[in-house]
Amino acid sequence: MNIVVCVKQVPDTWSEKRLDPEDSTLDREATDPVMNEMDEYAVEEALRLQETHGGEVTILCMGPDSATQTVRKALSMGGDRAVHVVDDALHGSDAVATSLVLARAIETIDAVDLVLLGSESSDARMSVVPAMLAERLGRAQLTFAKEVTVDGPTVTIKRLTDDGYQVVEGTTPAVVSVVEKINEPRYPSFKGIMSAKKKPVQTYAVADLGIDPGEVGLSGAWTSVESFELAPPRESGRVVTDDGNGADRLAEKLVEFLASKKFV
Amino acid sequence: MTGMHLSDELESLRKTVEEFAHEVVAPVIGDFYERDAFPYAIVAQMGEMGLFGLPFPEEHGGMGGDYFALCVALEELARVDSSVAITLEAAVSLGAMPIYRFGTAEQKAEWLPRMCAGEALGAFGLTEPGGGSDAGATLTTARLDGDDWVINGTKAFITNSGTDITGLVTVTAVTGRSEDGHKEISSIIVPSGTPGFTVSKKYSKVGWNASDTRELSFQDCRVPMANLLGERGRGYAQFLSILDEGRIAIAALAVGLAQGCVDESVRYAKERSAFGRPIGANQAISFKIADMELRAHTARLAYYDAADRMLRGEPFKKQAAIAKLYSSEIAVTNAREATQVHGGYGFMNEFPVARMWRDSKILEIGEGTSEVQRMLIARELGL
Ligand SMILES: Cc1cc2nc3c(=O)[nH]c(=O)nc-3n(C[C@H](O)[C@H](O)[C@H](O)COP(=O)(O)OP(=O)(O)OC[C@H]3O[C@@H](n4cnc5c(N)ncnc54)[C@H](O)[C@@H]3O)c2cc1C
Repeated sequence: MNIVVCVKQVPDTWSEKRLDPEDSTLDREATDPVMNEMDEYAVEEALRLQETHGGEVTILCMGPDSATQTVRKALSMGGDRAVHVVDDALHGSDAVATSLVLARAIETIDAVDLVLLGSESSDARMSVVPAMLAERLGRAQLTFAKEVTVDGPTVTIKRLTDDGYQVVEGTTPAVVSVVEKINEPRYPSFKGIMSAKKKPVQTYAVADLGIDPGEVGLSGAWTSVESFELAPPRESGRVVTDDGNGADRLAEKLVEFLASKKFV
Repeated sequence: MTGMHLSDELESLRKTVEEFAHEVVAPVIGDFYERDAFPYAIVAQMGEMGLFGLPFPEEHGGMGGDYFALCVALEELARVDSSVAITLEAAVSLGAMPIYRFGTAEQKAEWLPRMCAGEALGAFGLTEPGGGSDAGATLTTARLDGDDWVINGTKAFITNSGTDITGLVTVTAVTGRSEDGHKEISSIIVPSGTPGFTVSKKYSKVGWNASDTRELSFQDCRVPMANLLGERGRGYAQFLSILDEGRIAIAALAVGLAQGCVDESVRYAKERSAFGRPIGANQAISFKIADMELRAHTARLAYYDAADRMLRGEPFKKQAAIAKLYSSEIAVTNAREATQVHGGYGFMNEFPVARMWRDSKILEIGEGTSEVQRMLIARELGL
């Protein structure tokens, strides 16, 4: 079974993020780049599926030159080869453009049975790329998986919901997005790190994938950020002291508050 | 390693171990430490990551890295916790390395694959209750009786010697006398569980509490003649060479602790306020931390240099002694200063700096005391 895992390089979740005042995109220079955490789970799941079903695991990444780090990390965990789409024209791409690039890149890879990816990226947090990608590829989409099993052409997942899970079944080739609950990603071994250096990485520019540069990047984005502001610091709460008739006083204060905000 | 910089691969290794230390070790190690408990699950995961096989070739189950790769991993572990770092250091540089360097093909095949996987820990028994610095004064004896060595004696303070996964202890013992009356010292492999080999209960220690340290006694303990490690009578020279390398590893561990003190102090100096501003806004605090960084950085250069010389096959005895001496002494200084930065909280066991303070002192004692390092340096200067 051949698997493609899409990985994204994102700013470290814990670092302070800021937007570039020039073009309202994330200032990626200012933060430590890491592999999107949810994608690590996707890589791990692909490697586990490979252990049982065999086949090749290809890492696919769309991102700047520096995203090579993330590609290498995925290879050092155990991926066999990688495809890296690098192009200045991609700067500022939205989810629509990203799914287009990923779909075209996947079409360059032979006999893909399964595409795995994290269910969201920690920087954009839209959770739409998996669905868009499945749509573009015309494949079954199985999203928010906390468990994946493959039996012949049948892919079954437990789809995480707010109050439990649903069992969803599809047929390969399919696109599966995973959540953190699915596994515990491995740390690369030194042998893995050393061998990652020797694994093949195919790079493509946008034009190599038959995409017009105008369709992607900031210029091709369907939405644009007009302006941005820092969230105001939280104001301290108001304390209502309970001197025996707390409930009444609370109701009074609530009505006062709602009226002041013109809610009532 | 190229000069004073990490190659891309070593930087990836460093980052991986850094993440592991923060995500896996840091959240739970305080609890093991409080209970004097050995963190088996953490050690098993370190084994899966290949840390125990770092400096050994793949044919023995190793990772195909070198001694410097081990040092980089030790530094990152010790930045968060010294108990797990010393468990790795002792298992690799004192446990497995003598087998790799001096063992027969059979001994290597029997032990190295499991040791490289972290499934079997090795220990090195040199120190005795009567003395450690004067290693030649060994009282433990081993005599040949038929096809067996019969060992009698006691070893003190032996790291990794009594865990559930300890595979062997290599002990130094007097195996005879040369014609001029000198003691003939040899190294012998004693597998755990050999009759006559008793492991006493753990010491109650000031620090390194999640690492295993025991007293060992041997009473007519019999092992096959084939358990001799290396040449008969070369035991003394063998462990001296092992200790030379080991000093670089201990230096890396000490640098990690010193850097961990900086990490904790920087964070706390920004968080903690007094007199209406962060304590780090006072130069009395920020300069203290700048000096801590200065010491950690300088000590790191010293061990990088010693490791570089060793890997290039140049003499490194003096540089290793300098790195071990300097880094252990500055680790103690940094731990004391980091505790000071933390005020009263620094004296509370739940704070990592308290653990670092308790863990720092042994660095000036183990694998050659500071006095012994000064003796070595002076001797290299012809004094
Ligand atoms: C937690 C822990 C783990 C350890 N793990 C191991 C292990 O795995 N294997 C092992 O073999 N040992 C181990 N040791 C032992 C350690 O290496 C020794 O404690 C150390 O070498 C010092 O020996 P000693 O304790 O006998 O001190 P001594 O040799 O008695 O020294 C006492 C003091 O006298 C000084 N001194 C001695 N001789 C001289 C001299 N000629 N000139 C000036 N000063 C001198 C010393 O520097 C020291 O300050 C461990 C110790 C501890 C505490």
